[in-house]
Amino acid sequence: MAEFRMPSLGADMQAGTLIEWRVRPGDAVKRGAIVAVVDTEKATIEIEIFENGVVEAIHVREGEKVPVGTVLATIRGEGEAARSPAPAVPAVESPARVSPLARRRAEELGVDLATVTGTGERGAITRDDVERSAARVTRPAQPEKPSEDRQAGLRRVIAAAMARSKREIPHYYLGIDIDMSRAMAWLAAENLKRSVTDRLLYSVLLLRAVALAVHEVPEMNGFWVDGAFQPSAAVHVGLAISLRQGGLVAPAIHDIDKKRLDELMREMLDLVKRARAGVLRSSELSDPTITVTNLGEQGVQTVFGVIYPPQVALVGFGKVAERPWAGGGMIGARPVISASLSADHRVSDGHRGGRFLAAIDRLLQEPEKL
Amino acid sequence: MSGEAKTIRTTYREAIRAALRDALQRDERVFLMGEDVGRYGGCFAVSKGLLDEFGAERIRDTPLSEAAFVGAGIGAAMGGARPIVEIMTVNFSLLALDQIVNNAATILHMSGGQFNIPLVIRMTTGAGRQLAAQHSHSLEGWYAHIPGIKVLAPATLEDARGMLWTALEDPDPVLIFEHGSLYNMEGELAVDAGPVEINRAAVRRSGTDVSLITYGGTLGKTLQAAQEVAAEGISAEVVDLRTLRPLDTATIIGTVVKTHRAVIVDEGWRSGSISAEIMARIMENAFYELDAPVARLCSAEVPMPYPKHLEDAAIPQAPEIVAAIRQLVRKHG
Repeated sequence: MAEFRMPSLGADMQAGTLIEWRVRPGDAVKRGAIVAVVDTEKATIEIEIFENGVVEAIHVREGEKVPVGTVLATIRGEGEAARSPAPAVPAVESPARVSPLARRRAEELGVDLATVTGTGERGAITRDDVERSAARVTRPAQPEKPSEDRQAGLRRVIAAAMARSKREIPHYYLGIDIDMSRAMAWLAAENLKRSVTDRLLYSVLLLRAVALAVHEVPEMNGFWVDGAFQPSAAVHVGLAISLRQGGLVAPAIHDIDKKRLDELMREMLDLVKRARAGVLRSSELSDPTITVTNLGEQGVQTVFGVIYPPQVALVGFGKVAERPWAGGGMIGARPVISASLSADHRVSDGHRGGRFLAAIDRLLQEPEKL
Repeated sequence: MSGEAKTIRTTYREAIRAALRDALQRDERVFLMGEDVGRYGGCFAVSKGLLDEFGAERIRDTPLSEAAFVGAGIGAAMGGARPIVEIMTVNFSLLALDQIVNNAATILHMSGGQFNIPLVIRMTTGAGRQLAAQHSHSLEGWYAHIPGIKVLAPATLEDARGMLWTALEDPDPVLIFEHGSLYNMEGELAVDAGPVEINRAAVRRSGTDVSLITYGGTLGKTLQAAQEVAAEGISAEVVDLRTLRPLDTATIIGTVVKTHRAVIVDEGWRSGSISAEIMARIMENAFYELDAPVARLCSAEVPMPYPKHLEDAAIPQAPEIVAAIRQLVRKHG
C-alpha cells in the first residue's frame, strides 16, 4: 500500500489546498497520471502520481487545506489485495444520488455536483437542482485578474525563497560574451525550411546548450540538501517565466538533454502558456535541477541572478545584439549574447563555473549538433 | 357541446355492439361465436339483438368448451372465414391457452407461411366488480408476452367502436381485451366513428412534468389523477398504450424524453408484468433522460379479494396515482 502525499511544490511551500480530485476510490492509476489539482499560493497545480495501482481510499476532501506531507490517498499496488475490511476513513462524500438526467445536465452546464443540494427523493439531485445551481453560480472565468490575495501570496512566496537564497547561498557570479553569429545563421537557415508554426526560437538552443554543458560540469545540476550536494542525473531545466500580473514561476522542462529541438520548442510554448494560465503540474514545480532565465526581451545585457533553493546554479541570458567584435586584428559587427552564471560556492568554485560557461559557448558554436 | 347531431350519447358496450354490427354488415365472411352470444345476448349483453338481425349461422352459441370453440375459430380462419370468437372472461381463456399459444400464434410459422390466422378473439378482463379471485384476472400482460399475436386494450369509446374492424383486417390473430368495468361507461361518440389504427399508443392528455402510462381499465382513474394534480400546478401527460403487443416504444420514449419522469399504472400483478417491460424499455432507451426512478402502480400480488373494500384496496386507485405523482414531482418555486 503506497501513500500519496501532499507534495512540496517548491522549497517555500508549507501547505496546499486540494481543489479537485480527478480520481475516485477504485480507479486504476498509472505513473504520471494527473490525479488531483492543488492550489498553492503560486498557482493551481495538477498533481501527478508516481505509482501504478488502484486508488484504495481518499483521505482529504476537496476544498481542504493540508500541510505538505499529509497523506491524501492510499494507493494499492498492482497485484496487492484490497484491504479486506472497508477502509476506516470514508471516501470523499460524493453525491451518490443523482438522477441520470441531472448528471447529464450538470456535465452540459459545467456544474459541480458536489456543490448542489438535492431536493428529490431522499436527497437525490434532480435536473431542477442542477439548473437552479447553474443559474445561481455564474462561474468566474479562469483567474485572468487574480485577486489581491493571490497576488500578495505569490509575492510572499517569492520573497521567502529569494530571502532564503541570499541568506543561505554564497553566490558567485561569472559572465561571458558569446558570439551568436553561427547559431543565428543556422537558425535562420533551419527556419526557412520550416512552416511558420514549426519555427524555432533561439531560446531552445540556449536551453539545449545549458543542459548539455551540465554533463561536463555536473556540480551545477542538483540540490543542496542537509549540508551536502546531491547531484542529479536527470537534467530538468527550470525556465523562469514572468507572469502577466507580476511575479514569476520557474517550472521544469524535463530531460532537456534527451530531447530534440522540435520537442523542446513545443514543450516550451506549452509550458509558458500553462504557467500564465496558472495550470502547472506538480512535477514541473518540484523537479527543476537548474534554472535558466532569459531577460533579453527586456533589452537586458547581463543578468545577475539569484539561485532558487535548493538548486545550486542559475544561468542568465541577456539580449542578442550586434556588437563590435574583435578577431584576427579586425573589428566586425556580430550578434552577441551575454551569459552569466550564478552558482553556489558551497558546491562549486569559479574554475568549474568558468568551464561550464565555456562549454555553453562551445556548444553554441556548433548549433547543428544541438 | 353545441348539441349539434355530430355525436351521439352512447356506452362502451353499445360501441362494441356497433362495431360488431358494422363488421357483420361489411363482410359476410365475418361471424361471431361464443358462450351465450346468441339467445342470451352475451354474458355482458354486448351481442344483444344480433341473433335476430344476422341469424344463427353468423351468431353462434357454442358448447362450454373454450378449447373447442377457439380451435374451431382457428380452423374457420384458416378456411377463409373471419371469425370473431368471444371468450366470456380472461380466466376462461386459460382453457384455450393451448389453442391460442400453440396454434393461433404459431401456425403461420409452422406451415412455412402457408396459413395465416385472421382470427379475432374478444374477452372481458379486469377486477373491480366483486367477482372474486377466479373471475377478476388481468392477464392481458401475459398474452403480450407471446410473439405471433396482437393484444389490444380499448379504453375509450372510439377504440371500442373502431379497433374491431382493423383487427379483422389484420392477417394474424388479434386478442381484444375489454375491461369489465368499462361496459357501462357513457360518453359522446362521433356519429361517423369508424375503424381506428391499432399500432400506436395515444397521448390522452398533454403535460410536461410527468408521464402517466396506462391502458384499459385504469385509463379513467389515471386521467382523474392527472386532473387532480393539475390543481397543484403539476402538468401530467397521460399515455394510453391501446396496444400491448406490439408495444409502441416510440411513443413511450417520446413522452419520457419530454417529461423525464414516468409512472406506470397497470392492473396486472407487478412481477413479470407489462409494466416491468415498459420500465425496461425506458431504461434501455431513455436512461439519461430520467430525472427520477420510474414508478409503477400495479395490483397487489394476492388472489383478488371479494369484499368491496379489500378489492378496492388491491387494485390501483386514483388517490394512489396522485400520491405517486407527488412523490416523483416536487415543484420548486
